[in-house]
Amino acid sequence: MGTLDRTVRSFLLAELVAGMGATLRAFFKPKVTINYPYEKGPLSPRFRGEHALRRYPNGEERCIACKLCEATCPAEAITIESEPRDDGSRRTTRYDIDMTKCIYCGLCEEACPVDAIVEGPNYEFATETREELMYNKDKLLANGDRWESVLARRLELDAPYR
Amino acid sequence: MVKVTVDGIVVDVPNGSSALQACEAAGKEIPRFCFHERLSVAGNCRMCLVQVVRAPKPVASCGFPVAEGMEILTDTEIVRKARRAVMEFLLINHPLDCPICDQGGECDLQDQAFGYGADHSRYQEAKRAVTDKYLGPLVKTVMTRCIQCTRCIRFATEIAGVPELGAVSRGENMEVTNYVEKALTSELSGNLIDICPVGALTSKPYAFTARPWELKRTDSIDVSDAVGANISLHVRGTAVLRAVPRVNDAVNEEWLADKGRFSVDGLKHRRLDRPWVRVHGKLQAVSWQDAFVAIGKRLEGVAGDRIGAIAGDLCDAESLLALKDLMTALGSPNIDCRQDGADYDLSHRAYYTFGTTIAGIEDADALLIVGSIPRQEAPVLNARIRKRFLAAGRGEFPIGLIGAPTADPTYKAELLGEGPEVLAALRDGTHPFAEVLKAAKTPMIIVGHGALTRPDARAILASTWALAAETGVVGAGWNGFNVLHRAASRVAGLDLGLVPGKGGRSAAGMMSGGVDVLWLLGADEFHTAQIGPQTFVIYQGHHGDAAAVRADVILPGATYAEKSGTYVNTEGRVQRSFRAVMPPGDAREDWRILRAFSEVVGHTLPYDTVEMLRERLATVNPVFRVIGGLDAVDASALPGPMGAGAVSSAPFRPVFDDYYQTDPICRASPTMGECSRIYVHPRTVAAE
Repeated sequence: MGTLDRTVRSFLLAELVAGMGATLRAFFKPKVTINYPYEKGPLSPRFRGEHALRRYPNGEERCIACKLCEATCPAEAITIESEPRDDGSRRTTRYDIDMTKCIYCGLCEEACPVDAIVEGPNYEFATETREELMYNKDKLLANGDRWESVLARRLELDAPYR
Repeated sequence: MVKVTVDGIVVDVPNGSSALQACEAAGKEIPRFCFHERLSVAGNCRMCLVQVVRAPKPVASCGFPVAEGMEILTDTEIVRKARRAVMEFLLINHPLDCPICDQGGECDLQDQAFGYGADHSRYQEAKRAVTDKYLGPLVKTVMTRCIQCTRCIRFATEIAGVPELGAVSRGENMEVTNYVEKALTSELSGNLIDICPVGALTSKPYAFTARPWELKRTDSIDVSDAVGANISLHVRGTAVLRAVPRVNDAVNEEWLADKGRFSVDGLKHRRLDRPWVRVHGKLQAVSWQDAFVAIGKRLEGVAGDRIGAIAGDLCDAESLLALKDLMTALGSPNIDCRQDGADYDLSHRAYYTFGTTIAGIEDADALLIVGSIPRQEAPVLNARIRKRFLAAGRGEFPIGLIGAPTADPTYKAELLGEGPEVLAALRDGTHPFAEVLKAAKTPMIIVGHGALTRPDARAILASTWALAAETGVVGAGWNGFNVLHRAASRVAGLDLGLVPGKGGRSAAGMMSGGVDVLWLLGADEFHTAQIGPQTFVIYQGHHGDAAAVRADVILPGATYAEKSGTYVNTEGRVQRSFRAVMPPGDAREDWRILRAFSEVVGHTLPYDTVEMLRERLATVNPVFRVIGGLDAVDASALPGPMGAGAVSSAPFRPVFDDYYQTDPICRASPTMGECSRIYVHPRTVAAE
């Protein structure tokens, strides 16, 4: 009996028809893939991407060299040196992040008392050499300037849950 | 003794103890801000509240004397609530600027708020703000952070002896201030930084440099004076960032003089980091081998007695001994550790050490200072004299001073005269202070280098000892004869016999053409013009100071922070330091340089490791076997130092004019330069 059933099904191309049916159903469904890099998936406001150092609206850098990010960093990727600036305020003279060491855990952002160091939504910062991934203060501040509007919006959206 | 119960634990504490001490004896931690073991009790922070059974309300334990059978509770709901409330009050006006505060991470207020405070503040109103005060180039103030514990006021008044700080206004408006815009005139002002429980007083040179959790701590010994204060060097990477005192009740209690604390920035300026050889009148950088060969060539055919060596003030005992062994191997009797021209009698250790010991000052009941200004030569020791002066009460600790009249010694001292003729007057009893010494049970005499760097030093030393013997300063069970040194290496040098041997020349003799080849081991404290133009000078040291400019060969050595060394302080106490950082560039530890050179000239010194060298130290002088300890010396049966010759009537001169510029490290330090400009040469500052 089993043998007969299998023979009849194979001659009637039942599996093929079922497969084509699945294809036909998927054909009319909305598609799940996107056309990266022309299209991008949605990101949560908490997404932890490339770092940036932010400024206040008046252009003053936020970072006050408290070194809490350096202390909390589990990968020890952050290096800070500081001294009094000419006006007597506490500022960094060096703020380096080794992006090859960084594990993108977001603890630096969490530790920062002035929202200076943040992890932005940018994940497209691949480089051709390792050296380019050793970020210094200028690079991080430039990141902050470029992304400020997005960063401020993200922090605003995430604020109720902090 | 009184029996007290603390949280059910029965402890015996001395009569008159405070409840806080009883709690500590029972092992209970009591939070406090204004209370400090070495200061008077103020009782104004209220953080140390505890509950005493049958007392109507919580009591401040720091000022509450214990009574027999008292029951103290430190961990009840009432106590916890009281502490939380006090902490909330303290934090009302304390700014939330921990992230930019240098005290962050080592702050009593932070720690205790975490341990005993509430989790949030209910205070919504405006906080007070206070203008910052100027306290000089060493102490930075952020007075808004002040919690008015008055520790700094009490320190300045009681320990440092400069009552320049005080409080104005009351309650919330109270401000700690120095009234006028003027730098604190104390050599101990750096201790205000340690003593401030919050970030109101912090270090100016160290401002915003590092966080305490980044620092590696290494035990070391301060070499800026001969007290041998115990310090801890705080290092990040390759740089020594600060020096802070360690507690050692026998030496420095918990204080440190400004020179030792703030001269560490000199460790990275003007350093010698490679060997140099003078070729055709110009210094050229060379390799170690070339430098050694250049010296070896120059030494060829030079008779042993035409070679000489002078050891400087900052050397460790290891390199001193290596230098001596090298000179002995080269057949030279010319060696000297007394570049300032001082003279001592080395026949017994009691003749050149601080026999009473620093802690012993507290047992003395009269003091005569001869040719010394302890406030400048040994500020921490001077604080001990002041401590004794205050503890004794009015007129109970008479102090006589023979020497140049100087600024306030921080205690009441009678100026007996300026020259050695007073010593003679004291001996024949015509001076009234002789009676004071005779009446005292435990009198002491301090002889300084104002008296010992003169040509008649031996005679003065002998007559001072004779005075001591006649007035009971040295007697059975009490040795009141003290030599106050000012160079950290001096006692070690004398213990190891770094003085001219038979037919040898002293430092002055070597410089004035007595030798053809002169080896300077960190010796800088003289005018290099004294060295004859024909003399071949080898300078082994760590800073490009005056002598390095004159040198024909420069061998880069290590500072005290860069080697594990043994130092002997003015008491004769042997202490050991550890290496905090590596020497810069090609610089090496000094004894290794001497050991390596000895091989080049074919007189290999018999030690390959520092342990072997220390074994040799102990063989040369057994005092090097005991580290940190000190045996009492019974000086009563000693005949006294030898000293003949006439005593000149010239008055005693101060040992140095500028406290802040006494050694190569200080002179390389920008902070010390600033201090010298502000404190020692105020006229030039005013003219600007």
